[in-house]
Amino acid sequence: MSEIQTGDYYTRHFSPGPSDDTLIINMGPQHPSTHGVLRIIVELDGEYILRCEPVLGYVHRMHEHMGETKSYTQYLPNMGRVDYLHALAWNWAWCGAVEKLAGIEVPERAQYIRVLTTELNRISSHLLWWGAYILDLGAFSPILYAFQDREIIMDLLQIPTGSRLTYCYFRFGGVSADLSDAFLAGLKDFVPYLRGRLPMYRDLVTDNVILRKRCEGIGHFSPELCRRYGATGPVARGSGIDYDVRRAEPYSIYDRFDWEVPVLEAGDAMSRYLIRLAEIEQSLKIIEQALATIPSGDFIAKGAPKPKWAPPRGETYFAVEGARGKIGVWLVSDGTKTPYRVKLRAPGYCNLSLFAEAAQGVLLADAVSILGSLDLVIPEIDR
Amino acid sequence: MLQTEIIVPAELVRLVLGIVALAAFVGANAIVLVWLERKVAGHIQRRPGPFEVGPYGLLQTAADAAKLIGKQLTMPAGADAFLFWLAPILAFLPVFVLFMPIPFGENLYSLDMDLGLVLILAYAGFGVLSLCLAGWSSHNKWGLLGAARAVSQSVAYEIPLLLAVLAIAFMTGSFNLQAITEGQGPWPWQWNVAVQPLAFFIYFACALAETNRAPFDLPEAESELTAGFHTEYSGMGFGLFFLAEYANMIVVSSVATVLFLGGWQGPVFSGWWWFLAKVYALILAMMWFRWTYPRVRFDQLLNLNWKWFIPLGLANLLVTVAVV
Repeated sequence: MSEIQTGDYYTRHFSPGPSDDTLIINMGPQHPSTHGVLRIIVELDGEYILRCEPVLGYVHRMHEHMGETKSYTQYLPNMGRVDYLHALAWNWAWCGAVEKLAGIEVPERAQYIRVLTTELNRISSHLLWWGAYILDLGAFSPILYAFQDREIIMDLLQIPTGSRLTYCYFRFGGVSADLSDAFLAGLKDFVPYLRGRLPMYRDLVTDNVILRKRCEGIGHFSPELCRRYGATGPVARGSGIDYDVRRAEPYSIYDRFDWEVPVLEAGDAMSRYLIRLAEIEQSLKIIEQALATIPSGDFIAKGAPKPKWAPPRGETYFAVEGARGKIGVWLVSDGTKTPYRVKLRAPGYCNLSLFAEAAQGVLLADAVSILGSLDLVIPEIDR
Repeated sequence: MLQTEIIVPAELVRLVLGIVALAAFVGANAIVLVWLERKVAGHIQRRPGPFEVGPYGLLQTAADAAKLIGKQLTMPAGADAFLFWLAPILAFLPVFVLFMPIPFGENLYSLDMDLGLVLILAYAGFGVLSLCLAGWSSHNKWGLLGAARAVSQSVAYEIPLLLAVLAIAFMTGSFNLQAITEGQGPWPWQWNVAVQPLAFFIYFACALAETNRAPFDLPEAESELTAGFHTEYSGMGFGLFFLAEYANMIVVSSVATVLFLGGWQGPVFSGWWWFLAKVYALILAMMWFRWTYPRVRFDQLLNLNWKWFIPLGLANLLVTVAVV
């Protein structure tokens, strides 16, 4: 008779360390602080983590392969489902890649609409992260305050996009609908409203001594570590790497606005926290300027591709800055109606790969804090 | 005619009646507190809290209790059945003993004993035993981690708690809770909290830690240990831990009221209503903390205790002794 084996492939191959009084434990795939179905195998000595290893793939939905079987237009709705928190950035990455490949010009007004909605979506993503991170640290109430503000954003974005979470708004050469006066008026009111709320967030949460003790000096990532794993977004900027795709590889009209890329040197969970809060303010700044200067005109290019359209043969790479970092789309076309190859670069995947190294030797509670500070969206990592 | 007379000692009647009354008191209060906690949480979080079942959602807890009772009791394979089911019972039983010496009013107590305070402190230690057994016997690694946390936390925080309580006992010269109450006057500046603010602060912080309330709720830290020691409990197994938590909240608040806030005495119309008002004020403060603060980390929790509360408590005790 064969020997009964316990555990699955990963636990069996996670061999015990030299000491035999350690505890090997599965954190996830059902765990309150892994935000979905991330699974981390952890070897604990008491409450200290000796080693850990993330196990991925529980929500792998073959998005990249779907890209190779669907037409260019049919693949659009997939984008909102890769990263459901910053869906519009993924919309933009896909549309931008196709536009770059086919040389489609996007009208001026459509560019402004894209900036406005994407930045608004970035704020909602950061707000949700903020609430969820504080929840990981054990405070239950702030997430509901964040959701109150996020609710307004979702109500606003519902007007042009027609959906609240998994947006499918961008089209090749523009967007699917023009911004209504109701949206513009609502957005105009929302900017000062959220500015007024941010000091409350700071007083309620950021200045709290327990939160500071849980974030400051926890999960230190050196710039070298970030570069080695290809971390981008607030994770890299929190470690002193001044890299933002909007500034480093300018696309669309971001160079017209006066805004800053917040960078902090500390590299701990607190700096990543502060970076995201600062990015909310910078996004508000961009929205304010875009609102003031939005021109009239077409919201989609004349002669924009029809659903059965096929781009010319070629290969392209296009990257945008998402809430979690650099979102890249590599696209190969063989001249038919379906792409030959689609590769999606998800920022969360690279950011998560830091975790195993950064979490070595920390307490279990700190690992939760580090994991939260990475701002992971598991469907984006698994794709 | 034969007349049989059974002579029952008055003290025994008082004790039995007291326990029955206390069971009702604890049950009623736990139900009110669960409702209150959810309402407080709701209003802090800008939502209404329960409001569907009964007026203002008052019957929500009853509905929840019925659901919990109706649920299947499950036990993980490989768990120690005896200890597994003993733990929730052990969590709830000492609560009755804890209430017995507490004077709710001038004549409203079930056991008048000179060592009332010692009795409470002795039985309060039972709580951690049940948490330890629950985590240990449930054959779950998260439960085990929760149990380990519970033990080291409770053991550590009992020391400053005792130091704070001793300061009051030295001042009054008695362990009798009725005597301690009567040693204080009806007005707030005559209460012990005015004389011993540091002891009150230490006591209240330690009480939060002893009852595993946020920000010291590490044994059941949801975002770290899923549910800590009660991960594997379903139905009333969980329900008893839940009830015990609220009952313990009432106990520590009652003891704080007796020791520091003048017990049942108030500026006007002294009586049990003053006692209840003070207890509920303290419990509301505990709820307020829970829904506002993040959780501290485990080493921070222990450092706070060993580096601050114990030295401060000792210094406070020494000064008290010197003055007395």
